[in-house]
Amino acid sequence: MKTFSMGGVHPQDNKLSARKPFMVVDLPDVAIFPLEQHIGAPAKPIVAVGDKVKAGQMIAEAGGFVSAPVHSSVSGTVQKIATFTDGWGFDKMAIHIKVEGSEWMENISTDNKLRNECNLSSEEIIKKIADAGIVGLGGACFPTQVKLMPPKDMSVDTLIINAVECEPYLTHNHQLMLEKPAEVLMGVRILMKALNIKKAIIGIEANKMDAVKSLRDDESMNRQTGESISIEVVPLKLKYPQGGEKQLIEALTGRKVPNGGIPAAVGCVVQNVGTAFAVYEAVQLNKPLVEVMMTVTGPSVTNPGNFVVRIGTPIEKVLEMAGGIPEDTGKIIGGGPMMGKTYSHTNHPVNKRSSGLLLLPKDLAAPLEEKNCIRCGKCVQNCPMGLAPYLLATQGEMALWDDMEKEQVANCIECGCCTFTCPSNRPLLDYIRYGKQTVMANIRARASK
Amino acid sequence: MNIIVTALIVLGCIAIISAVILYFVAKKFAVYEDPLIDQVAEVLPGANCGGCGYAGCRAFAENCVKTGKLERDYCPVGGTDVMKRVAALLGVEAQASEPKVAVLLCNGNRECRPKLTTYTGVKKCSIAHTTYAGETGCKFGCIGFGDCEVSCAFDALHIDAATGLPVIDEDKCTACGACVKACPKLLLQLRKKGPKNRKVYVACKNQDKGAVARKACSNACIGCSKCVKECPFEAITIENNVAYIDDTKCRLCRKCVAVCPTGAIHAVNFPVKKDENV
Repeated sequence: MKTFSMGGVHPQDNKLSARKPFMVVDLPDVAIFPLEQHIGAPAKPIVAVGDKVKAGQMIAEAGGFVSAPVHSSVSGTVQKIATFTDGWGFDKMAIHIKVEGSEWMENISTDNKLRNECNLSSEEIIKKIADAGIVGLGGACFPTQVKLMPPKDMSVDTLIINAVECEPYLTHNHQLMLEKPAEVLMGVRILMKALNIKKAIIGIEANKMDAVKSLRDDESMNRQTGESISIEVVPLKLKYPQGGEKQLIEALTGRKVPNGGIPAAVGCVVQNVGTAFAVYEAVQLNKPLVEVMMTVTGPSVTNPGNFVVRIGTPIEKVLEMAGGIPEDTGKIIGGGPMMGKTYSHTNHPVNKRSSGLLLLPKDLAAPLEEKNCIRCGKCVQNCPMGLAPYLLATQGEMALWDDMEKEQVANCIECGCCTFTCPSNRPLLDYIRYGKQTVMANIRARASK
Repeated sequence: MNIIVTALIVLGCIAIISAVILYFVAKKFAVYEDPLIDQVAEVLPGANCGGCGYAGCRAFAENCVKTGKLERDYCPVGGTDVMKRVAALLGVEAQASEPKVAVLLCNGNRECRPKLTTYTGVKKCSIAHTTYAGETGCKFGCIGFGDCEVSCAFDALHIDAATGLPVIDEDKCTACGACVKACPKLLLQLRKKGPKNRKVYVACKNQDKGAVARKACSNACIGCSKCVKECPFEAITIENNVAYIDDTKCRLCRKCVAVCPTGAIHAVNFPVKKDENV
């Protein structure tokens, strides 16, 4: 079975909520829509206090080329446009809407009928995706329409769909492929049409063979005779971080993205499977990105499962659906255990970035005793980007930013393999991530001079 | 015996030839350095703290001698005394500057600012700050992992174990500004040292509205503007719900200290009044 060549680890996958059908989370009383839910410029509000909005209505427009609009996921009245405290205690701007119901905009289709026809041109599709506020749902939240317009001098021939879900515990992508294979594949077809290419590869890790089968069956059933496009579903060997863009391209096509380059440089565009589904909804149903799929899980959670959540719902409400916060909880992590970040409180809304809630009990969340580096080289061996994490971490600790830049810290994908594998429990990634931020800021400062 | 003599002669010859070559090379490629640089560097404190903005004391000296001016250059560590001597060496007028000292603009100790979460990552303020707002309800307050303590080259700053806040030793502080740069929350400020080290300042930077700030920390400035009304010298301004006392206007009358409802205004190094049993 295929996989990427350099580094990587295999944490126990702990997919506690696998094959649990999606449950819909109830509407909140007040929905909060942050203006920064994506990489790039924050969105600009286009509603005023007191305005009535419907579900699916745009409430903030894109604030630049790399930006995405925000839509209301509920119908109600705009209460205020003010700050809220995000999951880590910082103040961010948001639109607060008093929820009155779930009345959708007239042009949005809310029945579950599959719409398998798409006669729009590439430009029309990209415009629809941009207007729907779709961002990469794999975690980075990069606006999707920007990715669909690769630089003119690069020719793209392959669309890669990331359905790897290599993070331990998370299962919502798996469930999406089991429940909505036809919609996902239609989304893939639309993305191929937008890019004007004929080849797509869907990469799925081998612990989800039922999803591979579900997609393959649906693909062969819906294939029109004489169709010239090919959609291939490829199972991959279990290895983290296979969902990393560069790792996935290498695993599926054998191509290596050059140092500092984007996937389009080797003719690939990578989209998450969740994004493909969101694209289907946006283009075929006119439904903007107002719902996200989330996994709520943890060893002591009463009812771990997969949930469909309206953006703006407080995470407290989502946790309630999963049976509340268990007493022994030590940490609530937004996302998976490898790349997720611990929240400092639970009174903040679900946004486009939300992919999961992992509740770790105290014994698993307790920090391990940090010891000295024994120069075993495990971090170097397991780094999927071929860096020397032990060196970068020391440089970060000693604030040697220029040296870190020379050691290519900008290539770090922050996957956490180094910290995971370190026998001395050193917080390697903490130092490297901080160093990377400083180095990137230095590079930007130099460029703007 | 013969071998030793030969060796001595050969090595001796090589030594003489090398010496001659080195002599001429040294003459040919000699770099002239203004002896004044050495003299200026001699006068400077030699702590290489970087408080002046140069890479170290020698870099400062080189620059002074090269430009021949002292308009922009000032050694905060040496202060006016050192600068007078540097000026005498350069033959220019010395810039007079008030001596300054670092003060902490946070008084959220452990008692008044309860901990809500526990951070288990790397114990460095800079890293904790990029991760989240802090362990307490106040997102503007001191994190307390001591980046300032590490940055201080003069041993003037230490984290107090009881309060969790840094304490500045005013005798040792040279106002080099290293701690000001180290604090990710921008809680350290260089203020006028004042007569007999007496200072009045608002030890809070919480920009939240009064009720929110008070809930997070009972010592927080709530922006009530009582002090602004009380100040006879118009030295106090309120911006973003937090008061600030301009040290160039403040005349140390301490009327603001008496009216502050939360005790966010600190008056330090004043003698205790006889009628107060504090």
